[in-house]
Amino acid sequence: MEMKERIYMISAIVEHKPGVLYSVSNMFRRRGFNIESISVGESEQSDLARMTITMKGDEATVEQVVKQLKKLISVIKVSILDSENTVARELALIKVNTPDARVRSDVINYTEIFKGHIVDVAHESLIIEITGDTDKINAFIELMKPFGVREIARTGIAALQRGMRSVKME
Amino acid sequence: MPRMSGAKALIESLKREKAEVIFGIPGGAILPVYDVLYDSDIKHILMRHEQCAAHAADGYARASGKVGVCMSTSGPGATNLVTGIANAYMDSSPIVAITGQVPRPFIGKDAFQETDIVGITTPITKCNFQVRSTAEIPKIVKTAFYIASTGRPGPVLIDLPKDTQTEEDEMNFDERIEFRGYRPTYDPHPLQVEKAVQLLIQAERPIIVAGGGVKASNACSDLVALAETLLAPVATTLMGKGVIPEDHPLSVGMLGMHGTVAANHLVQDADVLLAVGMRFSDRSTGNIKAFCPDGKIIHIDIDSSEIGKNIKSHVPIVADAKRALQSIRNRLIQKFNKKERSTWLNRMQTLKNIHEEMIKSVGDGIKPPALMVEVRKMLPNDAIVTTEVGQNQMWAALYLKAYKPRTFISSGGLGTMGFGFPAALGAKVACPEVPVVDIAGDGSFLMTEQDLASSIAWKIPVIVVILNNSVLGMVAQWQRLFYNRRYSAVDLKRIPDFVKLAESYGAQGSRVQSIEEFRGAFKEAINSDVSTVIDVPISPEENVMPMVPPGNTLKDLILS
Repeated sequence: MEMKERIYMISAIVEHKPGVLYSVSNMFRRRGFNIESISVGESEQSDLARMTITMKGDEATVEQVVKQLKKLISVIKVSILDSENTVARELALIKVNTPDARVRSDVINYTEIFKGHIVDVAHESLIIEITGDTDKINAFIELMKPFGVREIARTGIAALQRGMRSVKME
Repeated sequence: MPRMSGAKALIESLKREKAEVIFGIPGGAILPVYDVLYDSDIKHILMRHEQCAAHAADGYARASGKVGVCMSTSGPGATNLVTGIANAYMDSSPIVAITGQVPRPFIGKDAFQETDIVGITTPITKCNFQVRSTAEIPKIVKTAFYIASTGRPGPVLIDLPKDTQTEEDEMNFDERIEFRGYRPTYDPHPLQVEKAVQLLIQAERPIIVAGGGVKASNACSDLVALAETLLAPVATTLMGKGVIPEDHPLSVGMLGMHGTVAANHLVQDADVLLAVGMRFSDRSTGNIKAFCPDGKIIHIDIDSSEIGKNIKSHVPIVADAKRALQSIRNRLIQKFNKKERSTWLNRMQTLKNIHEEMIKSVGDGIKPPALMVEVRKMLPNDAIVTTEVGQNQMWAALYLKAYKPRTFISSGGLGTMGFGFPAALGAKVACPEVPVVDIAGDGSFLMTEQDLASSIAWKIPVIVVILNNSVLGMVAQWQRLFYNRRYSAVDLKRIPDFVKLAESYGAQGSRVQSIEEFRGAFKEAINSDVSTVIDVPISPEENVMPMVPPGNTLKDLILS
């Protein structure tokens, strides 16, 4: 029975201390699971961090990932987020070539349509900050490519469940 | 709160955890701890290689059920522990490894004998710690012992920078430890227990497969009670050997690649398989896609990540083995009073008879199965047998019966050659009253034989029985069977002379050419107050049988 692969989002509350990111990423490497993206930052409690991990896999693999994560002593809570009830956002910084005024104005127009911001202006380039779900950011990057994308920095997805659902310490 | 150095706090903490003995080797980065040990009543056994220190702590833990402690300096001392830690991790053995580290200001500077032991051991420990502030030492030690010995047991490492050993601080030994990310599930879910009971009631061909988890949770009597109620044969994994006395009528021995005919056939034919404290390792299951093809599987394990990892079970139960087995039996006896199960059990007996036939030796020379039976006959029931890895290990597992839990100690998951001898030393330290025998091969024994020195120095007498075929036997067996007898890099050329080797350490050595001679030498060894090495030459052509060739199902056994 072949199970279908898709992208899963996992939210984990972990101890906010050195070595935890290493033990999590090492577990993924060691067991042959692939991380698509991972973002980590302080959570609602200063001694805890929230990790949002996106990965591609089938249901059995993701279940195994969750169990292996839970087995790590420094990991406190883990849940698979269902995409319908989750707000997932990513931030990207994109540096685009703007050799002349026409290109510059096209890029600025597109940025406005995508509700992005110009955060740095130089003679020959602009840096655009854009947030959204992964599809939106991918679409925007595709639009920018013909102008000449010099650099991209993406944060990976941060996600929270909607409403009163939550992945947190009781 | 008392004020003291980190080294003193470490030793005080170890005492509070009731550690009686440390297996270790000192070095630059752990000197302050050894200075405190000099006045301490904790026994320190100086080993001759850190790998042996870790294996000895492991053997001590497996024989006693208590946490074993090993210690080394930083850098090479620490990396030498790694094989022993990995071994303990694979076999869920509770040890605490303590390593010295370069002083905090030098960490990350590639200082002399600095190595990232915390990074190295992250995937092979349950958890590990580097002390960052001296005051946290008591809490870290307490946490390490708690984590090592609870839930699914396993190794924990504590890395101590040298300046945290010398620095003084206020030490709180009574601090409560709390875990936000570690709460093992001990009690089985009643609904899952009920589902398991329903399956077991309807079973016509039930079998129990028991692993090391049964031993870890002291559930051996509960296992036997359930088997007797259910009239179900019990197969064990290598790690489970001894959880049911192997002379019990329902015991069918080990399953797997070198499983008994009975265990392998019954597992494949069962309609309900109750797996407890085992993890469906590839060596146990053969071709996993064809494992127990018509059976419903109930899987009890305290580690939820084992559920569904290698095989999908019909009724998963995340729980302590003892509590789960008790709950199942308590429910079962209310509804179940079968008094006989003759077809299934008759079949079991017929298959068991095949195994007994295989022991009967044919041909010249000493046959390993017969030798194993001889060793068993001469040992008391509570004697401890350790093994090296390879043919010697499988012969012991198949033909040397274990009657009590914790009396058969072997490197299962990692398959570490060189484990058996230092593990025997650790076991002997834990249980000085009983004979301890390492069933060895000549290849394996040479990997850790230098600790004959510590066995003599510390008066830890054990017996090493070397099945000496002068080849790396299991490799040679595979080359014989699957590589057209192309014996690549397995010939050990009868080096060294093990009798002289033993004698050079002050141990006893003897060489025997027949079972009769072996009896004499072994009897003398049991009564000796120094370690004995008995060199038993055997043919390099001996194969361990039965064997399931890789990729086959458990029933596709080669018998000779």
